[in-house]
Amino acid sequence: MAFKIIVCAKQVPDTNVIKINPKTGTLIRDGVPSILNHDDANALEEALKIKDQYPDTHITVITMGPPQANDLLMECIAMGADEGILVSDRAVGGSDTWATSNTLEAAVRKVGDFDLIFAGRQAIDGDTAQVGPQLAEKLGLPQVTYVQEFEIAENMKDITVKRALEDGYEIIKIKTPCMLTAIKELNTPRYMTIAGIYGEKNMKTWNAKDIEVDLNKVGLEASPTNVFRSFTPAPKGKGVILEGDTEKDVAKQLLIGLKGKHVI
Amino acid sequence: MNFQLTKEQEFVRKMVREFAENEVEPIAADIDAEHRFPVETVEKMGKYGLMGVPFPTEYGGAGGDHIAYAITVEELSRVCGSTGVICSAHTSLCCWPIFAWGSDEQKAKYLPDLLAGKKLGAFGLTEPNAGTDAGGQQTRAEKDGDQWVLNGAKVFITNGGYADVFIVMAMTDKKKGTRGGISAFIVEKGDKGFEIGKTEDKMGICASSTTELIFQDCRIPEDRLLGAVGDGFKVAMSTLDGGRIGIASQALGIAQGAFDVTKEYMKARKQFGKKLSQMEALQFEMANMATQIEAARLLIYQAADMKDKHLPYGPKSAMAKLFAAETAMYVTTKCVQFHGGYGYTKDYPVERMMRDAKITEIYEGTSEVQKIVIAADIFKK
Repeated sequence: MAFKIIVCAKQVPDTNVIKINPKTGTLIRDGVPSILNHDDANALEEALKIKDQYPDTHITVITMGPPQANDLLMECIAMGADEGILVSDRAVGGSDTWATSNTLEAAVRKVGDFDLIFAGRQAIDGDTAQVGPQLAEKLGLPQVTYVQEFEIAENMKDITVKRALEDGYEIIKIKTPCMLTAIKELNTPRYMTIAGIYGEKNMKTWNAKDIEVDLNKVGLEASPTNVFRSFTPAPKGKGVILEGDTEKDVAKQLLIGLKGKHVI
Repeated sequence: MNFQLTKEQEFVRKMVREFAENEVEPIAADIDAEHRFPVETVEKMGKYGLMGVPFPTEYGGAGGDHIAYAITVEELSRVCGSTGVICSAHTSLCCWPIFAWGSDEQKAKYLPDLLAGKKLGAFGLTEPNAGTDAGGQQTRAEKDGDQWVLNGAKVFITNGGYADVFIVMAMTDKKKGTRGGISAFIVEKGDKGFEIGKTEDKMGICASSTTELIFQDCRIPEDRLLGAVGDGFKVAMSTLDGGRIGIASQALGIAQGAFDVTKEYMKARKQFGKKLSQMEALQFEMANMATQIEAARLLIYQAADMKDKHLPYGPKSAMAKLFAAETAMYVTTKCVQFHGGYGYTKDYPVERMMRDAKITEIYEGTSEVQKIVIAADIFKK
């Protein structure tokens, strides 16, 4: 039986290009290209690697967003995914992480059968890293976040992952079905292929009614999080270059400086 | 009339640009300096479908169109003119004639490996005494039983040292001359009596392989004839019509690449207390360059679109190649000038781009040949 993977992906503004309005503190989105969120590309790549090894694998990419998020699905399919589903409805617009994971939960339940859900750790626009874990909780799935290495046994049940921590790592064994979130260290995403770009695309769009989601749990109104204020952190001052005749001189100056600031 | 790229063509640009910036640009200066053919890049290009863009999937092609192909060569050449021409010569000059003129058996035998980039293609028309005067072929092929015997030499063959499959023109009936006297053949690396001669030491596109091909009693089976006996000149001319789209795209890419790096340089470089980008004389020149680049692009995409629609596009691709090549030379020369002394050094990529640009005015029909083609079309009635 085919091994079924669901990859959750998000279309985000390219933060390399984006600028912030210094007065309002909001993102200037005009003319900013939309891209496949980086960590999500790592999630898809790992799914594709499983498919490289076990061609029977079926990969469904789910995204939530406006109609132009279809571009993201096209890109994922051109990279090698089998199918793309866009959940798009005005009713889910403005959702925070809680409302988003409610929507995704409903979409995943509609897809039904799966062995593994892979998502990126976080999206570069919101940087919350909450949607993946929330989705796993709502689906009652075991989860491992911050996956930097992944291995699946031939029985397609036993997964071993290396989970990155701030000051080390954990090796965790987990059984399917489960949910994992990927970080960039996991792999290097492949390019689209030209044949993939020109090939047939199995894509569909579902609205809120299609996924039978409770409308009281999605969208801006239902979102418990409100953005209080966003701002650009003040730029740090210039660094200081210490100069001296000998290394000892410089080290002495450094020590004096650090002591003066009560660092040591 | 529709001047917008399709979604697929936009994706091709996005994909090839990422590929070019990650895989090609980082080594472009080194392979130029070392005169090293980038075997590893060709392998990667094959994997992602860049060696068979405008061919149907039934032969292992990517199923794209000729605008997508033009974009592919343009984006590769934007960072490395050598890599651009490797793709262009392979696609337009070897894969295309087999696809258009080959028998079902020839297509089935050669195209899958060529389009997957597992094998590399080249094209041999030019001879020491038959360049622009392509009809003056001295390489000859004689039938001997069920074999053809080739004797002669070709020069300036792009991909020569690394190709596996060569489309070679040879005189089969000297009395008939250019039209009807030349035939096209498929020659394989390793065929007895076929050798690669001298590798040219060139001004630019130094990472591409340009060699002689030498045929000394080279015996090949009769099923290597491409098209009918005497079709050679038609095979060659129809191939070059398409090849010009590729070289025009290479020229466009080189111009765009030089323009892009110069734009960034002008935003950073200060003279007389002002950035170069704030100086009106230079701004106007950049405006001229941008306009020419865009005009070249439109001509190329139009020719490519006409090719996809099976319309007569020969004069159009000649215009595209003529204009794009002259644009590449104009833009890269100016870009070196804008960089000042730095632009003349190998520390900045515009020096390489200017050297690479020059060849686009020469190969696959010099600018003068393009004018002959265009003028012939003007006065044909």
